[in-house]
Amino acid sequence: MRSMIRMSSKNNKRNVGIVALVVVILAAVAGGYYFTTMNTTQSTSATSIMTSEASTMMSSESSIMTSATMTETSMASVTSSIAAYNPTTPVSIVGAGATFPQPLIQTWTLQYHTLYPAVSISYSGIGSGGGIQQITAKTVDFGASDAPLTSANFAAAPGLVLFPETLGGVAITYNLAAFGITNTTVLKFTPDVIAHIYMGLITKWNDPALVALNPGVNLPNAFITAVHRSDGSGTTYAFTNFLSVTVPNWAAQVNYATSVTWPVDTKAGATGVGAKGNPGVAGAVVNTNGAIGYVDVIYAVSNNLAVGAVQNAAGNFVVPTLQTILYAAANATGTPNPADLRLHIVNAAGPQSYPISTYTYILVYRDMSANPSTTHDKAVALAHFLWWAIHDGQQYSSALIYVPLPANVVAADEQLLMTLNYQGTPLLTG
Amino acid sequence: MQTEVENIRARQRARHHDFLRTILIIAAFAMPVIAALSLYALLNGSLDSIQALGFGFLTSTAWVPNPPNGGPPILGALPAMYGSVVTTLISLLFAVPISLGIALFQSELAPRKFRLPSIFLVELLAAVPSVVYGLWGILFLVPFMSKYVDPGLVGSLGFIPIFSGETNGLGMFTAGVILAIMIIPYGAAVMREVITAVPRSQREACIALGGTTLETVRMGVIPYASTGIIAAVVLAMGRAIGETMAVTMVIGNVARISPSLFLPSETIPSVIANEFTEVAGNNIYLAALFELGLILFAIAFIMNLLGRVLISRLTFQGGRSANV
Repeated sequence: MRSMIRMSSKNNKRNVGIVALVVVILAAVAGGYYFTTMNTTQSTSATSIMTSEASTMMSSESSIMTSATMTETSMASVTSSIAAYNPTTPVSIVGAGATFPQPLIQTWTLQYHTLYPAVSISYSGIGSGGGIQQITAKTVDFGASDAPLTSANFAAAPGLVLFPETLGGVAITYNLAAFGITNTTVLKFTPDVIAHIYMGLITKWNDPALVALNPGVNLPNAFITAVHRSDGSGTTYAFTNFLSVTVPNWAAQVNYATSVTWPVDTKAGATGVGAKGNPGVAGAVVNTNGAIGYVDVIYAVSNNLAVGAVQNAAGNFVVPTLQTILYAAANATGTPNPADLRLHIVNAAGPQSYPISTYTYILVYRDMSANPSTTHDKAVALAHFLWWAIHDGQQYSSALIYVPLPANVVAADEQLLMTLNYQGTPLLTG
Repeated sequence: MQTEVENIRARQRARHHDFLRTILIIAAFAMPVIAALSLYALLNGSLDSIQALGFGFLTSTAWVPNPPNGGPPILGALPAMYGSVVTTLISLLFAVPISLGIALFQSELAPRKFRLPSIFLVELLAAVPSVVYGLWGILFLVPFMSKYVDPGLVGSLGFIPIFSGETNGLGMFTAGVILAIMIIPYGAAVMREVITAVPRSQREACIALGGTTLETVRMGVIPYASTGIIAAVVLAMGRAIGETMAVTMVIGNVARISPSLFLPSETIPSVIANEFTEVAGNNIYLAALFELGLILFAIAFIMNLLGRVLISRLTFQGGRSANV
């Protein structure tokens, strides 16, 4: 019966089938559009987070365009210079590592290629742990890491050296918008409170410790979801390093590393959440009422996240900005030692220093012939690029919300770079 | 002259035969060899951790790769195993009935004008990369679950431990839902093929006895196709248990065994993806990740085996009922 009907109107049915296909696709598109507009309030904030990499990339491009008009800022005091460099043989250098300095390093590689067309450099942001791993395995010419190398790392890669190329900070971000606490209200945190939240000892926003720190703020009786990185990251390193320096309990129970075992994850009654990358942490915080997390300052600023003030060594509550991070670097005790450029500036002295500040590092082999993929031409080009990066390259920092290296660190970097060689022959000549 | 041509042709035929034979033998042996090699690589890679952690690795819930006192790593696979199995079961709970429904609709009910568009749309879902599902998961599904679904379930079924506790959208339940969406196209496609392959006589016999469509499907079609349907479930499950990216983005990545489905957890692939870059200079840690891979291999193998056993049982029953 059915098949008879079908046969009698076969041609008709075929047309109807095509129309139906078009209708279904249109309906799917319309439905998708409807849902997007329905959820504008929450998805715009979330979308802006996910596109932040794109936005930082855009700002890096715009900075390239304006670079001609930019002036050198803090680098005027550096006097050292090296012999002129005119590469003719095309070389292609590969680097990989931390995502935090990626926009800056990418700007450098583009600028450097414009200056020296023979030199092409590519950099992949695969995370600090990945950067250490890849340079140890000698699959890249240089690595980058937000965390300084440990003695185990050095043992695994003899001849590897590191030096700071830029610095940044880690912001504490939270989401209490549902409880009427918007981005304009800056909550205050002490190291103890942050540590206790991530240890699962403070589980509610109206905990007496938080209320005492934030008089006048109506903190809700809501559970805290403590968001942390699930992948290894230099951001976690800086964050846990700060807590280890300031909170003895934290140092004993958790300590610091690019990834740690978070007590809040397994503490009964507390909720910890691991998320992948800065976008993951920010996404989890923005989408979860009562969440707290930590992200790179650049990331928090470019995405307009709620950012807390953190108590520094002088006892002041400081919000992360370029200026307060620079204060931390300037107030860090001691002269940088070129033999070991692992610089700790967390919890720096000074009334305006932002305490969760950290250097980020480039990793190379001192004798670059140790890496079979690095030819002599590549080694020469890489050494000159790195020299350029810590000098001329620093002018691109501010536009991308990075802090330019202080002069004493540049001087120490110079001494280290002068020791770079290829089978004993120095790569840079004064 | 004629025989000359025939000889040439015969030699050519023999050559072609040998050529094809060689190719087919290589192809046939490639898969077992690759499987054996990967098993060997996993075993070899996990030797350090098997020696250092022993059987305790399978029963311990602690995950402290770098203890603050500098001691040896304390590692246990149980939370990741639990998370993998639970998220896979949740995904099958949603995916199997929906896939079966889609397959039956496409093969039994859909008018011809809807059949092709519907097949096209379902197969389109299979082509979406998992990272896109993950992105959609964290931007849309997680807020949606935390706002509507999770509180609703806690409010109505909160007296059952698995639906209790705080919710924030990141956890095993959301991971299970996103996995279900990802494996539905696979399940539905295979199920549709096996259901379409059920002989017309099965359906005609049922209809001739006065069966309704429901009765035809229930008595004539599904029993006949049951082995294929189980095979589809096993295939979908294999994809669910190994899925990494989308799960990592929504599960919360926490080494914890919680009764509540709404709390964060982790799966074996998500642990490996998150932590493989962190193992430099820590051999036991690296080996433990390899051992996790080995365990995943074993879990997938066991679940496959269970599927096979189920298939052989059902095949026997099908044969008997056909004789009645």
